[in-house]
Amino acid sequence: MLLIDCPYCGKRPEIEFSYGGEAHVARPADPQALSDDAWAAYLYLRSNPKGRHAERWRHTHGCARFFNAVRDTVSDFFVTTYKVGETPPAEAWPRAAE
Amino acid sequence: MQSFSILSLLRRAFGGHASWQPQWRDAAPKAAYDAVIIGGGGHGLGTAYYLASEYGMRNIAVLERGWIGGGNTGRNTTIIRSNYLFDESAALYDHALKLWEGLSRTLNYNVMYSPRGVMMLAHNVHDVQVFKRHVHANRANGVDNEWLSAEQARAFCPPLNISPDLRYPVLGAALQRRGGTARHDAVAWGYARAADALGVDIVQNCEVTGIDRGPDGAVTGVQTTRGAIRAPKVGIVAAGHTSVVMGMAGLRVPLESFPLQALVSEPVKPVFPCVVMSNTVHAYISQSDKGELVIGAGTDAFVSYSQRGGLHIPAHTLDAICELFPMFRRMRMLRNWGGIVDTTPDRSPIIAKTPVPGLYVNCGWGTGGFKATPGSAHVFAHTMAQDAPHPINAPFTLERFRDGQMIDEAAAAAVAH
Amino acid sequence: MSALRTPTGGRIDRSRKLRFSFDGRSFDGFAGDTLASALLANGVHLVGRSFKYHRPRGILSAGSDEPNALVAVARDAARVTPNLRATQVELYSELRAESQNRFPSLGFDIGVINDVVSPLLPAGFYYKTFKWPAWAWQRLYEPAIRAAAGLGRAPTLPDPDRYISRFAHCDVLVIGAGPAGLAAALVAADAGARVILCDEQAECGGSLLAETAATIDGWPAGDWVATTLATLAANPRVRVLPRTTAFGYFAHNMVGLNERVTDHLAAPPADLPRERLWQVRAAEVVIATGALERPLVFPNNDRPGVMLADAGRTYLLRYGVVPGRRVVIATAHDAAYRAALDLHAAGIAVPLIADLRQTATGDWPEAARAAGIRVRTGAIIATTGGRRRVAWAGVAQPDGGTIEPVPCDALLMSGGWTPSVHLFSQSRGKLRFDAEAQAFLPNLSVERERSAGACRGVFGLTAALADGAAAGEAAAKAAGHGGARAPRMAVTAKAFGGGGLLGPAAGTAAKHAFVDFQNDVTAKDIGLATREGFRSIEHVKRYTTTGMATDQGKTSNMHALGIVAAALDVPLPQVGLTTFRMPYTPVTFGSFAALSRGDLFEPLRRTPLHAQAVAAGAVFEDVGAWKRARYFPRAGEDMHAAVARECVAVRSRAGLFDGSTLGKIEIVGADAAEFLNRMYVNAWSKLGVGRCRYGILCREDGFVADDGVIGRIAADRFHVTTTTGGAARVLALMEDYLQTEWPDLDVWLTSVTEQWAVIALQGPQARDILAPFVAGIDLARAAMPHMSVVEGQVCGIPARLFRVSFTGELGFEINVPADHGPAVWQALMATGAVTPYGTEAMHLLRAEKGYIIVGQETDGTATPDDAGVGWAVARSKRDFVGKRSLARASMAAPARKQLVGLLTEDPNLVLEEGAQLVDDPTQAPPMRLLGHVTSSYYSASLGHSIALAMLSGGRARHGARLFVPMPGGAIAVQVTAPVFYDPEGARLDA
Repeated sequence: MLLIDCPYCGKRPEIEFSYGGEAHVARPADPQALSDDAWAAYLYLRSNPKGRHAERWRHTHGCARFFNAVRDTVSDFFVTTYKVGETPPAEAWPRAAE
Repeated sequence: MQSFSILSLLRRAFGGHASWQPQWRDAAPKAAYDAVIIGGGGHGLGTAYYLASEYGMRNIAVLERGWIGGGNTGRNTTIIRSNYLFDESAALYDHALKLWEGLSRTLNYNVMYSPRGVMMLAHNVHDVQVFKRHVHANRANGVDNEWLSAEQARAFCPPLNISPDLRYPVLGAALQRRGGTARHDAVAWGYARAADALGVDIVQNCEVTGIDRGPDGAVTGVQTTRGAIRAPKVGIVAAGHTSVVMGMAGLRVPLESFPLQALVSEPVKPVFPCVVMSNTVHAYISQSDKGELVIGAGTDAFVSYSQRGGLHIPAHTLDAICELFPMFRRMRMLRNWGGIVDTTPDRSPIIAKTPVPGLYVNCGWGTGGFKATPGSAHVFAHTMAQDAPHPINAPFTLERFRDGQMIDEAAAAAVAH
Repeated sequence: MSALRTPTGGRIDRSRKLRFSFDGRSFDGFAGDTLASALLANGVHLVGRSFKYHRPRGILSAGSDEPNALVAVARDAARVTPNLRATQVELYSELRAESQNRFPSLGFDIGVINDVVSPLLPAGFYYKTFKWPAWAWQRLYEPAIRAAAGLGRAPTLPDPDRYISRFAHCDVLVIGAGPAGLAAALVAADAGARVILCDEQAECGGSLLAETAATIDGWPAGDWVATTLATLAANPRVRVLPRTTAFGYFAHNMVGLNERVTDHLAAPPADLPRERLWQVRAAEVVIATGALERPLVFPNNDRPGVMLADAGRTYLLRYGVVPGRRVVIATAHDAAYRAALDLHAAGIAVPLIADLRQTATGDWPEAARAAGIRVRTGAIIATTGGRRRVAWAGVAQPDGGTIEPVPCDALLMSGGWTPSVHLFSQSRGKLRFDAEAQAFLPNLSVERERSAGACRGVFGLTAALADGAAAGEAAAKAAGHGGARAPRMAVTAKAFGGGGLLGPAAGTAAKHAFVDFQNDVTAKDIGLATREGFRSIEHVKRYTTTGMATDQGKTSNMHALGIVAAALDVPLPQVGLTTFRMPYTPVTFGSFAALSRGDLFEPLRRTPLHAQAVAAGAVFEDVGAWKRARYFPRAGEDMHAAVARECVAVRSRAGLFDGSTLGKIEIVGADAAEFLNRMYVNAWSKLGVGRCRYGILCREDGFVADDGVIGRIAADRFHVTTTTGGAARVLALMEDYLQTEWPDLDVWLTSVTEQWAVIALQGPQARDILAPFVAGIDLARAAMPHMSVVEGQVCGIPARLFRVSFTGELGFEINVPADHGPAVWQALMATGAVTPYGTEAMHLLRAEKGYIIVGQETDGTATPDDAGVGWAVARSKRDFVGKRSLARASMAAPARKQLVGLLTEDPNLVLEEGAQLVDDPTQAPPMRLLGHVTSSYYSASLGHSIALAMLSGGRARHGARLFVPMPGGAIAVQVTAPVFYDPEGARLDA
């Protein structure tokens, strides 16, 4: 069971949280303008990396707030957690700089 | 290939079993093949076997990063069944089941396919509706599946607790008698041995690090930790690592990889005659030939390649096992392990050509790929050999997600296994 | 007094004699004995049969690494535990143990035929045969193999014992209370850290419990242990857990502990659980799990009486049991010399120490020689003799020649020591192979842990204590408790190092040379596997089953590696190492399940009106975690009769229904309507205050996720209802969009499912029945039309009153604060004009009206249009969740399954839900399936059966004749519109 550092509440056990999938997959501003391919990419394509992964968690049984985390999917260690709207440090998640 | 039989066993016993040859050669990779398959699990080795045996492609290789059968093939709970709801799924899994029925003799290797019956428990009115829908659809599709009352279910599986006082009492069950189990390692080894006998190179400890493409974009070969290999056809059968390997060709796939755990008890004398699955309370159990209770747990919630998960996942499964089979409460967990399962948005596999010419992919089996091994391998071999899908896997494309033509067994039944 | 007990010494309590039985024979032992030590004290060496060949087996070890001595212990008919290691079973008065895997008896086991034909049963023989004929595997061969395999018998009755789970946090968790662990705990606690110390044994102390020579700070070892434990016990920050196995090391420094609370008690108190499962989150962990002695691999090394050297010594010194009267020692390591000297000192004959090494020098061998014990170096053990107990050891030269038979009644062996790196490896730490120690040792840590003592190759009491103390100091400091200083302990003890043998000594025959005792895997089997091309150790393990027994290879894995490395002629690390997985030793299922049983298996949700339903005689059904009243049978009624009566009552007068399980979400804020516009397919801006609308929620993929009536309470306040099962999911989905996509919206979401009791009053007389109870509400049709909501009072209680209907009748849903629900229900029941009805009647009534149930008509692959509620979609809205997906071409395909009604040609025939639809019932499978029946009932109101179905191209097929293929023949049906009752809706608007 992971130990997750909620940016609002501090470290809590995984069973208090819900996983929210990959982070920074923003809903397109105008979905109707997208091609089927582009829409399907939004719906279904995920980076699924072996390595650092930016992901969403929700502290469902705590503050109930969504937040983001960077976790290494090989070791399951968290690199950082941060609030929605914040950008992770570039050294934590190189893709943020792209 | 040395024949395996009671007679050969007898004969070699007199020589102290000194004359047995390797079951497959420990091949070094050649510089070029007609096709290479990335991934030495059951699906990949089976693909090589059918390419060689049915499509005459013998100058081929299976490239395995570690040891064959070491991924999900060697980590699953070996449940075999084909009672899926949708026509497309039923056709695919029943194709596999028919191959299972003759596989030991086809391969001259005892894979111990044991049709002991797979029983899926219904715990509420909704379950009953869903399973009866399965039973009716399966019967019309020629797939055996029958409805049992709770009493009939217990008669089929005596340890089952059908007390109405259970938190989620058993209201009935759907039984597929042809369903059962097989010996997972033997599937990998049997395919490897049979493919090797047909000339297929099985290359272990050979990790693919890149996929080469020509000026026209088509596949030309792969880069590996044991050198470059040219091949005009490359099949990716890498299960949990599919996203990583497809990424080498610049392709993204609708997959996420999750930890899936399982466990066994200490071995006991025969006590559990069949396979029982309960999706509502999350319990999957059978007994191996060795006597261990083999129990499948769920996936952890998050993407991971760690091949392990949290304690709360198997613990929750054991809650359910102890509830349904309260006499097993004193049994003990001997070993717990994890695999990496690649799951698609509709929980159905992708067995298809890719946008890259010469590149094919067989993935997305999620938590239930073992049962499909022979069928999956067979139709994927067809797809690679003919550069066109077999009618059975034609619906299992990558494009179905774009077009909204999913084969959503999970959504249809809350069944992911 | 048993002749096999030493006159004095050991940690047993000779004043407390305990009677116990083994296979029905009575014996005596002492408090402090294990079952194994007590059996040995009674001269019982044959205690089990092996898994495959059913060879007679004795006691190999004195701990949790025991592969042979497995027994079943039965307290009563239900409390039967198979496969327990006799070396871990603590003796209590009237303990009853049975041997396993033998028939008809342990002494005469017909399974031993397998041993006779063992040449036919090499590793993996079952892969090579039993393939013909096709049916025979399952019917013939497999049952025979299964019957021969397995070990003990599973219990047959439900386990009456209790198990509990505990969560704990600490600064330093110390695993193992041997010298290193005790020192670590002492120092860490002294530094002010919160410490948990656990040990799998009944007593803390580890190797010190069998230590009679050494002193620590001037104390005899046993006294030092007692003093140390007293110091720890006096420290309120320390918790010491004996009989507690750290079985698993999980991510982020969580360690699972299994504490066995009552298994050692003759009469367990009723208020104690049998076991506790601890989940400990530790800031720092000290692993001090020691090392396990390896057997030697030589022919017939499995005879009863052949034992690990240190186990023999432990029985002698800790339990006061003589393992034999004449004991041969075979060794490749100095440790066995210590055992030889201790035996010698106890007056036991040690005719020979056969040392497999070419030379034996240094303190220990010299001490043995000085004591007059014969030492033969460069020897091998060629075989052993004896029937059910070793009678002689055959000592020879590696290059052959004559075998010297040395008579004995026990043979103690040592192949060296294997550090217990299991937990370190589980923590994902990286191991390295140390050639000098001939062992894998911890190298790179991943978690916040450190190993100390023998488990990291630091052998010898002096070094282990110092290493433990240093680890304790470092761990405490890392956890924020610096300042302690590891004390320097004055120790008198002779040390020995690592080394030893991996695999058999050169020149040793492989036949019947057991590597994995329990699974009967010999050196020859491993050789065969490598010849057959199984080169990875994982392949060898799976092909031969070495290391897969209940001891998980604790005594065998390193030998298997050595044999494979030698066979392949590669350095040992290149062969690889099998993965260490939890649990370290087997853990009871019940311990994991703990209190999750019966009603606590999953939380049970009852509505505020549950007691009223019980009083009215309801039969309940499970819907998610809820118990819902399904129907209210009167005397003599079955479900169909009760449901028919309830439906007629609703259609003719009025019925009362508990709708409290419906999900309810209060959506408040200036942007509430805009938020609903974005979430639901419908348009909400123009919905007037006091009005309701039926809403459809899609997932982003365009398929129906949920539905429910939404009422506008104020311009900035909506009362949203969801399906019973969908409540949590819908709220989570809304929170997701609100928090992460549209945080700019001024909207607040609150789950109010449990705040409101919901009573549906439905039927033509509903208004008249309700009228006397309301205040501040005008029930008149014009003031309160269908699909309206008003706040006022019902029975004097503040209420939200909805005029909505899921039955097709004039109806109200009364929402009052949950605690007041029973009062309103009782008041309405007291009128005598209403009939309570359950979910089954509700389902039937709505089906007559063609109202869908999400999850029954829809299944996660249906669009709003498919489900016949496409009219709800506000196509002119710029966007809503799912809109883009609905624009895909396939979503408008004419062949999509659409909601229809079905009428059977035989009006009394009720179709089975889930049955399939075809146009040609004579076709052979696989048939062309057109759809399926989603809901099906006999309608007492209409006098015939009705059904709803999802049918391919269904709306274009109204009037068509189709068939439902059933095992007894096809049933003809006519496709109709899905509304069977009051299609104009006049009754709704009454």
